[in-house]
Amino acid sequence: MRSLKTFCIYALLVAGGVISIYPLVYMLLTALKPMTLLFEFPPRFLPSEMTLSNFREAWGSQNFALYLLNSLLVTLASFALIFLLSSMLAFAYSRFDFKGKSLSFAIIMGGLVIPSLTLLIPQFVLIRQLGLFDSRWGLIVVYAAGSIPFTTFLLKGFFDSITRDIDESVEMEGGGAWTLFASIILPLSKPAFVPATIFNALTVWEEFPWALTIINDPLKRTLPIALANFQGQYTTQWGIVFAGSLIAVIPIILLFLLLQRYFIAGITAGAVKG
Amino acid sequence: MRKKNGAAGYLFFLPGFLFFALFILYPLIRNLIYSFYDFRLTNINQLKFVGLDNYKHVFGDEVFWISIRNIFIYGIISVPGQMILGFLVAYALYQNRPGTKTFRVLYFLPVITSWVVASLIFKYVFADQGFLNYAITDILHLSDRTISWLSEPGKALIVLGILGIWKGVGWAMVIYMAALQGVPKDQYEAASLDGCNAWNQIRYITLPSIRSTTFFIQMMLIIGAFNVFTSVYLITNGGPLHQTEVMLTRMYQKAFSEYDLGYASALSYVFAVIIAGLTAVQFRLNKQE
Repeated sequence: MRSLKTFCIYALLVAGGVISIYPLVYMLLTALKPMTLLFEFPPRFLPSEMTLSNFREAWGSQNFALYLLNSLLVTLASFALIFLLSSMLAFAYSRFDFKGKSLSFAIIMGGLVIPSLTLLIPQFVLIRQLGLFDSRWGLIVVYAAGSIPFTTFLLKGFFDSITRDIDESVEMEGGGAWTLFASIILPLSKPAFVPATIFNALTVWEEFPWALTIINDPLKRTLPIALANFQGQYTTQWGIVFAGSLIAVIPIILLFLLLQRYFIAGITAGAVKG
Repeated sequence: MRKKNGAAGYLFFLPGFLFFALFILYPLIRNLIYSFYDFRLTNINQLKFVGLDNYKHVFGDEVFWISIRNIFIYGIISVPGQMILGFLVAYALYQNRPGTKTFRVLYFLPVITSWVVASLIFKYVFADQGFLNYAITDILHLSDRTISWLSEPGKALIVLGILGIWKGVGWAMVIYMAALQGVPKDQYEAASLDGCNAWNQIRYITLPSIRSTTFFIQMMLIIGAFNVFTSVYLITNGGPLHQTEVMLTRMYQKAFSEYDLGYASALSYVFAVIIAGLTAVQFRLNKQE
Protein backbone atom coordinates (compact mmCIF):
# COMPACT_ATOMS: atom_id res chain seq x y z
CA MET A 1 0.00 0.00 0.00
CA ARG A 2 2.69 2.40 1.00
CA SER A 3 4.91 1.51 -1.94
CA LEU A 4 1.96 1.91 -4.30
CA LYS A 5 1.44 5.39 -2.94
CA THR A 6 5.11 6.26 -3.37
CA PHE A 7 4.97 4.92 -6.90
CA CYS A 8 1.96 7.09 -7.72
CA ILE A 9 3.62 10.18 -6.30
CA TYR A 10 6.76 9.56 -8.33
CA ALA A 11 4.71 8.87 -11.47
CA LEU A 12 2.90 12.20 -11.06
CA LEU A 13 6.16 14.00 -10.39
CA VAL A 14 7.70 12.51 -13.51
CA ALA A 15 4.65 13.53 -15.57
CA GLY A 16 4.90 17.09 -14.24
CA GLY A 17 8.64 17.10 -14.84
CA VAL A 18 8.13 16.01 -18.44
CA ILE A 19 5.61 18.82 -18.96
CA SER A 20 8.06 21.28 -17.41
CA ILE A 21 10.92 20.32 -19.63
CA TYR A 22 9.14 19.16 -22.79
CA PRO A 23 8.85 22.62 -24.42
CA LEU A 24 12.55 23.23 -23.76
CA VAL A 25 13.56 19.87 -25.25
CA TYR A 26 11.31 20.52 -28.21
CA MET A 27 13.03 23.88 -28.70
CA LEU A 28 16.44 22.18 -28.66
CA LEU A 29 15.37 19.50 -31.14
CA THR A 30 13.86 22.09 -33.48
CA ALA A 31 17.06 24.12 -33.35
CA LEU A 32 19.01 21.00 -34.35
CA LYS A 33 16.76 20.25 -37.33
CA PRO A 34 17.92 21.19 -40.80
CA MET A 35 15.73 23.90 -42.31
CA THR A 36 14.43 21.51 -44.97
CA LEU A 37 12.94 19.18 -42.37
CA LEU A 38 11.19 21.92 -40.39
CA PHE A 39 7.88 21.44 -42.19
CA GLU A 40 8.13 17.77 -43.02
CA PHE A 41 4.92 15.86 -42.68
CA PRO A 42 4.25 13.97 -40.53
CA PRO A 43 6.34 16.06 -38.07
CA ARG A 44 8.82 14.01 -36.09
CA PHE A 45 9.71 14.60 -32.48
CA LEU A 46 13.27 13.34 -32.92
CA PRO A 47 14.83 14.80 -36.05
CA SER A 48 16.09 12.25 -38.57
CA GLU A 49 19.13 14.42 -39.30
CA MET A 50 20.82 16.79 -36.92
CA THR A 51 22.82 19.87 -37.79
CA LEU A 52 24.43 22.84 -36.12
CA SER A 53 23.77 25.07 -39.10
CA ASN A 54 21.01 26.97 -37.28
CA PHE A 55 23.42 27.83 -34.50
CA ARG A 56 26.08 28.92 -36.99
CA GLU A 57 23.57 31.08 -38.80
CA ALA A 58 22.23 32.62 -35.57
CA TRP A 59 25.64 33.19 -34.01
CA GLY A 60 27.29 34.59 -37.13
CA SER A 61 25.18 36.14 -39.84
CA GLN A 62 22.24 36.93 -37.56
CA ASN A 63 24.48 38.71 -35.03
CA PHE A 64 23.45 36.77 -31.95
CA ALA A 65 27.05 36.85 -30.73
CA LEU A 66 26.73 40.63 -30.61
CA TYR A 67 23.33 40.50 -28.88
CA LEU A 68 24.76 38.13 -26.29
CA LEU A 69 27.58 40.58 -25.67
CA ASN A 70 25.07 43.45 -25.35
CA SER A 71 23.01 41.47 -22.85
CA LEU A 72 26.11 40.57 -20.86
CA LEU A 73 27.33 44.19 -20.78
CA VAL A 74 23.96 45.56 -19.74
CA THR A 75 23.49 42.89 -17.07
CA LEU A 76 26.96 43.28 -15.58
CA ALA A 77 26.80 47.08 -15.50
CA SER A 78 23.31 46.97 -13.96
CA PHE A 79 24.57 44.53 -11.35
CA ALA A 80 27.47 46.78 -10.40
CA LEU A 81 25.04 49.66 -9.83
CA ILE A 82 22.37 47.54 -8.11
CA PHE A 83 24.73 45.96 -5.62
CA LEU A 84 26.72 49.11 -4.87
CA LEU A 85 23.67 51.30 -4.29
CA SER A 86 21.46 48.71 -2.58
CA SER A 87 24.10 47.42 -0.20
CA MET A 88 24.98 50.96 0.87
CA LEU A 89 21.30 51.73 1.38
CA ALA A 90 20.77 48.52 3.30
CA PHE A 91 23.79 49.32 5.48
CA ALA A 92 22.45 52.80 6.21
CA TYR A 93 19.06 51.34 7.21
CA SER A 94 20.60 48.56 9.23
CA ARG A 95 23.24 50.49 11.17
CA PHE A 96 22.34 54.19 11.31
CA ASP A 97 19.65 56.47 12.62
CA PHE A 98 18.89 59.50 10.53
CA LYS A 99 16.09 61.91 9.79
CA GLY A 100 13.54 60.56 7.33
CA LYS A 101 14.72 57.00 7.82
CA SER A 102 11.40 55.23 8.21
CA LEU A 103 9.59 57.40 5.68
CA SER A 104 12.21 56.87 2.99
CA PHE A 105 12.29 53.14 3.73
CA ALA A 106 8.51 52.93 3.30
CA ILE A 107 8.78 54.82 0.02
CA ILE A 108 11.46 52.50 -1.34
CA MET A 109 9.51 49.42 -0.29
CA GLY A 110 6.47 50.89 -2.05
CA GLY A 111 8.58 50.47 -5.17
CA LEU A 112 8.14 46.70 -4.78
CA VAL A 113 4.51 46.91 -5.86
CA ILE A 114 4.71 49.59 -8.57
CA PRO A 115 4.22 47.74 -11.86
CA SER A 116 7.27 48.69 -13.90
CA LEU A 117 5.19 49.33 -16.99
CA THR A 118 3.29 52.09 -15.16
CA LEU A 119 6.54 54.01 -15.36
CA LEU A 120 7.21 53.29 -19.01
CA ILE A 121 5.99 56.57 -20.46
CA PRO A 122 7.51 59.05 -17.99
CA GLN A 123 10.77 57.07 -17.97
CA PHE A 124 10.76 57.19 -21.74
CA VAL A 125 10.42 61.00 -21.64
CA LEU A 126 13.07 61.32 -18.91
CA ILE A 127 15.56 59.10 -20.73
CA ARG A 128 15.11 61.17 -23.88
CA GLN A 129 15.71 64.36 -21.92
CA LEU A 130 18.87 62.89 -20.42
CA GLY A 131 20.10 62.00 -23.90
CA LEU A 132 20.13 58.28 -23.09
CA PHE A 133 17.53 57.25 -25.66
CA ASP A 134 18.68 54.39 -27.90
CA SER A 135 21.69 53.72 -25.65
CA ARG A 136 22.57 50.81 -23.42
CA TRP A 137 22.96 53.25 -20.50
CA GLY A 138 19.27 54.00 -20.83
CA LEU A 139 18.65 50.33 -20.10
CA ILE A 140 21.22 50.06 -17.31
CA VAL A 141 20.05 52.98 -15.14
CA VAL A 142 16.39 51.98 -15.32
CA TYR A 143 17.09 48.30 -14.60
CA ALA A 144 19.28 49.28 -11.65
CA ALA A 145 16.71 51.67 -10.19
CA GLY A 146 13.95 49.11 -10.55
CA SER A 147 15.96 46.46 -8.69
CA ILE A 148 16.86 48.65 -5.72
CA PRO A 149 13.75 47.97 -3.56
CA PHE A 150 13.95 44.17 -3.64
CA THR A 151 17.73 44.02 -3.27
CA THR A 152 17.77 46.55 -0.43
CA PHE A 153 15.03 44.64 1.37
CA LEU A 154 16.88 41.34 1.04
CA LEU A 155 20.27 42.71 2.10
CA LYS A 156 18.92 44.77 5.00
CA GLY A 157 17.31 41.64 6.43
CA PHE A 158 20.63 39.87 6.28
CA PHE A 159 22.69 42.79 7.62
CA ASP A 160 20.28 43.05 10.57
CA SER A 161 21.05 39.46 11.48
CA ILE A 162 24.78 40.17 11.79
CA THR A 163 25.62 40.84 15.44
CA ARG A 164 26.36 44.40 16.54
CA ASP A 165 29.31 43.14 18.60
CA ILE A 166 31.26 43.17 15.37
CA ASP A 167 30.54 46.88 14.94
CA GLU A 168 31.99 47.58 18.34
CA SER A 169 35.14 45.62 17.83
CA VAL A 170 35.75 47.32 14.50
CA GLU A 171 35.32 50.67 16.25
CA MET A 172 37.76 49.66 19.00
CA GLU A 173 40.29 48.76 16.33
CA GLY A 174 39.85 52.30 15.05
CA GLY A 175 38.00 51.33 11.87
CA GLY A 176 35.33 53.65 10.50
CA ALA A 177 31.92 52.94 9.00
CA TRP A 178 33.40 52.21 5.56
CA THR A 179 35.77 49.57 6.99
CA LEU A 180 32.89 47.91 8.80
CA PHE A 181 30.82 47.96 5.61
CA ALA A 182 33.38 46.89 3.03
CA SER A 183 35.63 44.53 4.98
CA ILE A 184 33.24 42.95 7.47
CA ILE A 185 29.55 43.18 6.59
CA LEU A 186 29.80 42.62 2.84
CA PRO A 187 32.05 39.53 3.01
CA LEU A 188 29.81 38.04 5.72
CA SER A 189 26.73 38.53 3.58
CA LYS A 190 27.65 36.27 0.68
CA PRO A 191 24.64 33.96 1.29
CA ALA A 192 22.26 36.89 0.79
CA PHE A 193 23.87 37.84 -2.50
CA VAL A 194 23.03 34.46 -4.07
CA PRO A 195 19.23 34.84 -4.20
CA ALA A 196 19.73 38.53 -4.99
CA THR A 197 21.95 37.60 -7.94
CA ILE A 198 19.55 34.98 -9.29
CA PHE A 199 16.41 37.11 -9.01
CA ASN A 200 18.05 40.22 -10.43
CA ALA A 201 19.72 38.23 -13.21
CA LEU A 202 16.34 36.79 -14.15
CA THR A 203 14.65 40.17 -14.37
CA VAL A 204 17.47 42.11 -16.03
CA TRP A 205 18.55 39.40 -18.49
CA GLU A 206 15.09 38.80 -19.85
CA GLU A 207 13.65 42.31 -19.63
CA PHE A 208 11.63 42.98 -22.76
CA PRO A 209 9.21 45.95 -22.82
CA TRP A 210 11.64 48.67 -21.78
CA ALA A 211 14.35 47.53 -24.20
CA LEU A 212 11.71 47.31 -26.92
CA THR A 213 10.75 50.92 -26.19
CA ILE A 214 14.11 52.66 -26.15
CA ILE A 215 16.45 50.60 -28.36
CA ASN A 216 16.14 51.30 -32.09
CA ASP A 217 19.68 50.68 -33.30
CA PRO A 218 19.88 46.98 -34.32
CA LEU A 219 23.49 46.86 -33.10
CA LYS A 220 22.46 47.76 -29.55
CA ARG A 221 19.76 45.12 -29.21
CA THR A 222 19.75 42.81 -26.23
CA LEU A 223 18.81 39.14 -26.68
CA PRO A 224 15.07 39.39 -25.85
CA ILE A 225 14.33 42.13 -28.38
CA ALA A 226 16.66 40.58 -30.95
CA LEU A 227 14.72 37.31 -30.68
CA ALA A 228 11.28 38.92 -30.85
CA ASN A 229 12.41 41.01 -33.77
CA PHE A 230 13.92 38.11 -35.66
CA GLN A 231 10.82 35.97 -35.20
CA GLY A 232 8.60 38.84 -36.31
CA GLN A 233 10.66 39.36 -39.44
CA TYR A 234 11.30 35.75 -40.50
CA THR A 235 8.14 34.07 -39.27
CA THR A 236 9.02 30.60 -40.49
CA GLN A 237 12.71 30.34 -39.57
CA TRP A 238 11.98 28.56 -36.31
CA GLY A 239 15.27 26.64 -36.32
CA ILE A 240 17.23 29.88 -36.13
CA VAL A 241 14.76 31.44 -33.68
CA PHE A 242 15.30 28.56 -31.28
CA ALA A 243 19.06 28.43 -31.81
CA GLY A 244 19.03 32.11 -30.78
CA SER A 245 16.69 31.31 -27.88
CA LEU A 246 19.13 28.72 -26.59
CA ILE A 247 21.95 31.26 -26.78
CA ALA A 248 19.71 33.46 -24.61
CA VAL A 249 18.68 30.78 -22.13
CA ILE A 250 21.90 28.81 -21.62
CA PRO A 251 23.86 31.47 -19.68
CA ILE A 252 21.05 31.89 -17.17
CA ILE A 253 20.60 28.13 -16.76
CA LEU A 254 24.35 27.77 -16.16
CA LEU A 255 24.25 30.55 -13.57
CA PHE A 256 21.34 28.86 -11.85
CA LEU A 257 22.92 25.41 -11.84
CA LEU A 258 26.11 26.96 -10.47
CA LEU A 259 24.30 28.73 -7.63
CA GLN A 260 21.31 26.48 -7.02
CA ARG A 261 22.92 24.67 -4.09
CA TYR A 262 23.06 27.95 -2.18
CA PHE A 263 19.86 29.29 -3.69
CA ILE A 264 17.28 27.14 -1.93
CA ALA A 265 19.25 27.40 1.30
CA GLY A 266 19.35 31.20 0.95
CA ILE A 267 15.61 31.45 0.42
CA THR A 268 14.92 29.10 3.31
CA ALA A 269 17.12 31.12 5.62
CA GLY A 270 15.36 34.30 4.51
CA ALA A 271 11.94 32.79 5.09
CA VAL A 272 12.82 31.51 8.54
CA LYS A 273 14.10 34.92 9.55
CA GLY A 274 11.27 36.81 7.89
CA MET B 1 22.89 48.29 20.93
CA ARG B 2 22.44 51.91 20.01
CA LYS B 3 22.69 52.88 16.41
CA LYS B 4 25.11 55.45 15.09
CA ASN B 5 23.99 58.92 14.18
CA GLY B 6 25.44 61.61 12.05
CA ALA B 7 26.68 62.39 8.61
CA ALA B 8 28.15 58.98 7.74
CA GLY B 9 24.66 57.49 7.54
CA TYR B 10 23.67 59.96 4.85
CA LEU B 11 26.73 59.11 2.81
CA PHE B 12 25.50 55.53 2.62
CA PHE B 13 21.87 56.50 2.20
CA LEU B 14 21.90 59.31 -0.35
CA PRO B 15 23.43 57.78 -3.50
CA GLY B 16 20.91 54.94 -3.64
CA PHE B 17 17.96 57.04 -2.57
CA LEU B 18 18.64 59.86 -5.03
CA PHE B 19 19.09 57.38 -7.84
CA PHE B 20 15.80 55.71 -6.92
CA ALA B 21 14.09 59.10 -6.64
CA LEU B 22 15.28 60.24 -10.07
CA PHE B 23 14.38 57.11 -12.03
CA ILE B 24 11.33 55.84 -10.12
CA LEU B 25 9.70 58.50 -7.91
CA TYR B 26 10.03 61.46 -10.24
CA PRO B 27 8.60 59.51 -13.23
CA LEU B 28 5.74 58.27 -11.03
CA ILE B 29 4.74 61.87 -10.26
CA ARG B 30 5.32 63.05 -13.82
CA ASN B 31 3.04 60.29 -15.03
CA LEU B 32 0.18 61.60 -12.89
CA ILE B 33 0.66 65.07 -14.39
CA TYR B 34 0.79 63.73 -17.97
CA SER B 35 -2.50 61.98 -17.44
CA PHE B 36 -4.24 65.38 -17.25
CA TYR B 37 -2.68 66.71 -20.44
CA ASP B 38 -3.17 66.21 -24.13
CA PHE B 39 0.26 64.72 -24.63
CA ARG B 40 1.43 63.15 -27.87
CA LEU B 41 4.86 62.31 -29.17
CA THR B 42 4.27 65.05 -31.73
CA ASN B 43 3.59 67.88 -29.24
CA ILE B 44 6.06 66.90 -26.56
CA ASN B 45 7.04 70.54 -25.90
CA GLN B 46 3.61 72.17 -25.84
CA LEU B 47 1.29 70.13 -23.68
CA LYS B 48 -2.29 71.24 -23.28
CA PHE B 49 -4.18 70.77 -20.01
CA VAL B 50 -7.36 68.79 -20.62
CA GLY B 51 -8.52 67.93 -17.12
CA LEU B 52 -10.12 64.52 -16.89
CA ASP B 53 -10.50 64.00 -20.64
CA ASN B 54 -7.94 61.20 -20.81
CA TYR B 55 -9.68 59.34 -17.99
CA LYS B 56 -13.03 59.81 -19.73
CA HIS B 57 -11.54 58.34 -22.87
CA VAL B 58 -10.20 55.37 -20.93
CA PHE B 59 -13.54 54.53 -19.36
CA GLY B 60 -15.41 55.17 -22.60
CA ASP B 61 -13.10 52.88 -24.53
CA GLU B 62 -14.60 49.51 -25.32
CA VAL B 63 -11.18 47.88 -25.59
CA PHE B 64 -10.38 48.99 -22.02
CA TRP B 65 -13.29 46.90 -20.73
CA ILE B 66 -12.28 43.96 -22.92
CA SER B 67 -8.78 44.16 -21.49
CA ILE B 68 -10.13 44.15 -17.93
CA ARG B 69 -12.27 41.12 -18.72
CA ASN B 70 -9.26 39.35 -20.24
CA ILE B 71 -7.06 40.09 -17.23
CA PHE B 72 -9.67 38.46 -15.01
CA ILE B 73 -9.92 35.41 -17.28
CA TYR B 74 -6.14 35.15 -17.33
CA GLY B 75 -5.94 35.53 -13.55
CA ILE B 76 -8.69 33.01 -12.84
CA ILE B 77 -6.86 30.42 -14.96
CA SER B 78 -3.27 31.11 -14.00
CA VAL B 79 -3.31 32.12 -10.32
CA PRO B 80 -5.06 29.06 -8.80
CA GLY B 81 -3.23 26.82 -11.28
CA GLN B 82 0.16 28.02 -10.12
CA MET B 83 -0.78 27.97 -6.44
CA ILE B 84 -2.32 24.50 -6.34
CA LEU B 85 0.30 22.81 -8.50
CA GLY B 86 3.11 24.75 -6.82
CA PHE B 87 1.92 23.63 -3.40
CA LEU B 88 1.50 19.98 -4.41
CA VAL B 89 4.94 19.83 -5.98
CA ALA B 90 6.51 21.57 -2.99
CA TYR B 91 4.75 19.16 -0.63
CA ALA B 92 6.12 16.21 -2.57
CA LEU B 93 9.64 17.61 -2.80
CA TYR B 94 10.43 19.61 0.32
CA GLN B 95 12.04 16.73 2.15
CA ASN B 96 15.31 15.33 0.89
CA ARG B 97 14.50 11.99 -0.68
CA PRO B 98 16.11 10.22 -3.61
CA GLY B 99 15.64 12.25 -6.78
CA THR B 100 14.03 15.29 -5.18
CA LYS B 101 16.91 17.59 -6.11
CA THR B 102 16.65 16.68 -9.78
CA PHE B 103 12.91 17.30 -9.72
CA ARG B 104 13.36 20.69 -8.07
CA VAL B 105 15.71 21.75 -10.87
CA LEU B 106 13.31 20.38 -13.54
CA TYR B 107 10.37 22.30 -12.12
CA PHE B 108 12.40 25.47 -11.77
CA LEU B 109 13.70 25.49 -15.36
CA PRO B 110 10.58 27.17 -16.80
CA VAL B 111 10.99 29.98 -14.24
CA ILE B 112 14.45 30.78 -15.54
CA THR B 113 13.39 30.51 -19.17
CA SER B 114 12.76 34.08 -20.24
CA TRP B 115 9.24 35.22 -21.11
CA VAL B 116 10.29 35.97 -24.66
CA VAL B 117 11.69 32.48 -25.23
CA ALA B 118 8.78 30.77 -23.47
CA SER B 119 6.28 32.78 -25.54
CA LEU B 120 8.03 31.87 -28.78
CA ILE B 121 8.03 28.17 -27.87
CA PHE B 122 4.31 28.26 -27.06
CA LYS B 123 3.59 30.14 -30.26
CA TYR B 124 5.34 27.37 -32.18
CA VAL B 125 3.81 24.42 -30.30
CA PHE B 126 0.26 25.83 -30.47
CA ALA B 127 0.45 27.03 -34.08
CA ASP B 128 -2.18 25.76 -36.54
CA GLN B 129 0.44 23.50 -38.15
CA GLY B 130 2.22 22.93 -34.83
CA PHE B 131 3.07 19.76 -33.01
CA LEU B 132 0.10 19.89 -30.66
CA ASN B 133 -2.46 19.95 -33.46
CA TYR B 134 -0.61 17.13 -35.17
CA ALA B 135 -0.66 15.10 -31.95
CA ILE B 136 -4.38 15.75 -31.43
CA THR B 137 -5.52 14.97 -34.96
CA ASP B 138 -3.07 12.36 -36.26
CA ILE B 139 -1.64 10.57 -33.24
CA LEU B 140 -4.42 10.60 -30.66
CA HIS B 141 -7.29 11.07 -33.15
CA LEU B 142 -9.17 13.26 -30.69
CA SER B 143 -10.41 15.52 -33.44
CA ASP B 144 -10.24 15.49 -37.19
CA ARG B 145 -9.95 19.24 -37.64
CA THR B 146 -6.95 21.33 -36.62
CA ILE B 147 -7.79 23.63 -33.75
CA SER B 148 -6.97 27.32 -34.17
CA TRP B 149 -5.56 27.77 -30.69
CA LEU B 150 -4.17 31.22 -31.22
CA SER B 151 -6.64 32.92 -33.52
CA GLU B 152 -9.80 32.26 -31.53
CA PRO B 153 -9.88 34.66 -28.56
CA GLY B 154 -11.26 32.20 -25.98
CA LYS B 155 -8.73 29.50 -26.80
CA ALA B 156 -5.88 31.99 -27.08
CA LEU B 157 -6.59 33.24 -23.55
CA ILE B 158 -6.54 29.65 -22.31
CA VAL B 159 -3.17 29.07 -24.01
CA LEU B 160 -1.83 32.27 -22.42
CA GLY B 161 -3.10 31.06 -19.04
CA ILE B 162 -1.44 27.68 -19.51
CA LEU B 163 1.80 29.44 -20.39
CA GLY B 164 1.48 31.44 -17.17
CA ILE B 165 1.00 28.26 -15.17
CA TRP B 166 3.83 26.41 -16.91
CA LYS B 167 6.21 29.26 -16.22
CA GLY B 168 5.11 30.00 -12.66
CA VAL B 169 4.69 26.66 -10.88
CA GLY B 170 8.40 26.46 -10.07
CA TRP B 171 8.36 29.88 -8.42
CA ALA B 172 5.41 29.00 -6.18
CA MET B 173 7.12 25.67 -5.44
CA VAL B 174 10.32 27.31 -4.18
CA ILE B 175 8.47 29.72 -1.89
CA TYR B 176 6.20 26.96 -0.57
CA MET B 177 9.18 24.66 0.02
CA ALA B 178 10.87 27.29 2.16
CA ALA B 179 7.69 27.63 4.23
CA LEU B 180 7.11 23.88 4.54
CA GLN B 181 10.57 23.41 6.00
CA GLY B 182 9.54 25.75 8.80
CA VAL B 183 6.54 23.64 9.90
CA PRO B 184 7.52 21.86 13.14
CA LYS B 185 7.97 18.12 12.58
CA ASP B 186 6.51 17.05 15.94
CA GLN B 187 3.09 18.33 14.85
CA TYR B 188 3.05 15.80 12.04
CA GLU B 189 4.20 13.03 14.36
CA ALA B 190 1.46 13.78 16.83
CA ALA B 191 -1.08 13.82 14.03
CA SER B 192 -0.03 10.50 12.57
CA LEU B 193 -0.22 8.93 16.05
CA ASP B 194 -3.78 10.17 16.20
CA GLY B 195 -4.45 8.29 12.97
CA CYS B 196 -4.72 11.43 10.89
CA ASN B 197 -4.50 10.69 7.16
CA ALA B 198 -2.40 12.66 4.68
CA TRP B 199 -5.27 14.80 3.44
CA ASN B 200 -6.31 15.80 6.97
CA GLN B 201 -2.69 16.49 7.85
CA ILE B 202 -2.45 18.92 4.96
CA ARG B 203 -5.77 20.49 5.80
CA TYR B 204 -5.46 20.89 9.55
CA ILE B 205 -1.72 21.21 10.10
CA THR B 206 0.18 22.19 6.97
CA LEU B 207 -2.10 24.75 5.38
CA PRO B 208 -2.88 26.69 8.59
CA SER B 209 0.80 26.94 9.53
CA ILE B 210 1.85 28.32 6.14
CA ARG B 211 -1.08 30.69 5.72
CA SER B 212 1.03 33.82 5.54
CA THR B 213 3.10 32.26 2.76
CA THR B 214 -0.04 31.36 0.84
CA PHE B 215 -1.20 34.94 1.22
CA PHE B 216 2.14 36.28 -0.01
CA ILE B 217 2.14 33.96 -3.05
CA GLN B 218 -1.46 34.79 -3.89
CA MET B 219 -0.77 38.50 -3.73
CA MET B 220 2.36 38.34 -5.85
CA LEU B 221 0.66 36.12 -8.43
CA ILE B 222 -2.35 38.42 -8.74
CA ILE B 223 -0.04 41.40 -9.24
CA GLY B 224 1.89 39.28 -11.74
CA ALA B 225 -1.29 38.40 -13.64
CA PHE B 226 -2.14 42.09 -13.96
CA ASN B 227 1.35 42.69 -15.30
CA VAL B 228 1.13 40.14 -18.09
CA PHE B 229 2.53 41.74 -21.21
CA THR B 230 5.30 39.95 -23.08
CA SER B 231 3.44 36.71 -23.77
CA VAL B 232 0.32 38.49 -25.04
CA TYR B 233 2.37 40.96 -27.08
CA LEU B 234 4.33 38.19 -28.79
CA ILE B 235 1.69 35.47 -29.15
CA THR B 236 -1.51 37.31 -30.15
CA ASN B 237 -0.53 40.99 -29.94
CA GLY B 238 -4.02 41.62 -28.58
CA GLY B 239 -5.68 40.32 -31.74
CA PRO B 240 -7.84 39.34 -33.44
CA LEU B 241 -9.62 42.72 -33.33
CA HIS B 242 -8.43 43.54 -29.78
CA GLN B 243 -10.23 40.50 -28.40
CA THR B 244 -7.20 39.26 -26.43
CA GLU B 245 -5.92 42.68 -25.39
CA VAL B 246 -4.80 43.08 -21.77
CA MET B 247 -4.25 46.40 -19.99
CA LEU B 248 -0.55 46.66 -20.65
CA THR B 249 -0.69 45.71 -24.32
CA ARG B 250 -3.42 48.32 -24.71
CA MET B 251 -1.32 50.90 -22.93
CA TYR B 252 1.72 50.10 -25.05
CA GLN B 253 -0.24 50.29 -28.24
CA LYS B 254 -1.86 53.63 -27.35
CA ALA B 255 1.50 55.09 -26.41
CA PHE B 256 3.80 53.81 -29.11
CA SER B 257 1.57 52.97 -32.09
CA GLU B 258 -0.99 55.74 -31.72
CA TYR B 259 1.40 58.12 -29.90
CA ASP B 260 -1.31 59.12 -27.40
CA LEU B 261 0.88 59.31 -24.29
CA GLY B 262 -1.71 61.22 -22.24
CA TYR B 263 -4.26 58.44 -22.68
CA ALA B 264 -1.65 55.81 -21.89
CA SER B 265 -0.58 57.66 -18.73
CA ALA B 266 -4.17 57.84 -17.54
CA LEU B 267 -4.63 54.15 -18.31
CA SER B 268 -1.49 53.23 -16.39
CA TYR B 269 -2.77 55.17 -13.36
CA VAL B 270 -6.12 53.44 -13.52
CA PHE B 271 -4.15 50.23 -13.71
CA ALA B 272 -2.00 51.10 -10.68
CA VAL B 273 -5.09 52.10 -8.66
CA ILE B 274 -6.79 48.79 -9.46
CA ILE B 275 -3.72 46.87 -8.31
CA ALA B 276 -3.39 48.95 -5.14
CA GLY B 277 -7.10 48.46 -4.43
CA LEU B 278 -6.91 44.70 -4.92
CA THR B 279 -3.86 44.48 -2.70
CA ALA B 280 -5.61 46.47 0.04
CA VAL B 281 -8.70 44.25 -0.18
CA GLN B 282 -6.54 41.15 0.10
CA PHE B 283 -4.78 42.51 3.18
CA ARG B 284 -8.19 43.25 4.69
CA LEU B 285 -9.51 39.77 4.01
CA ASN B 286 -6.34 38.20 5.31
CA LYS B 287 -6.64 40.12 8.58
CA GLN B 288 -10.26 39.16 9.09
CA GLU B 289 -9.55 35.43 8.87
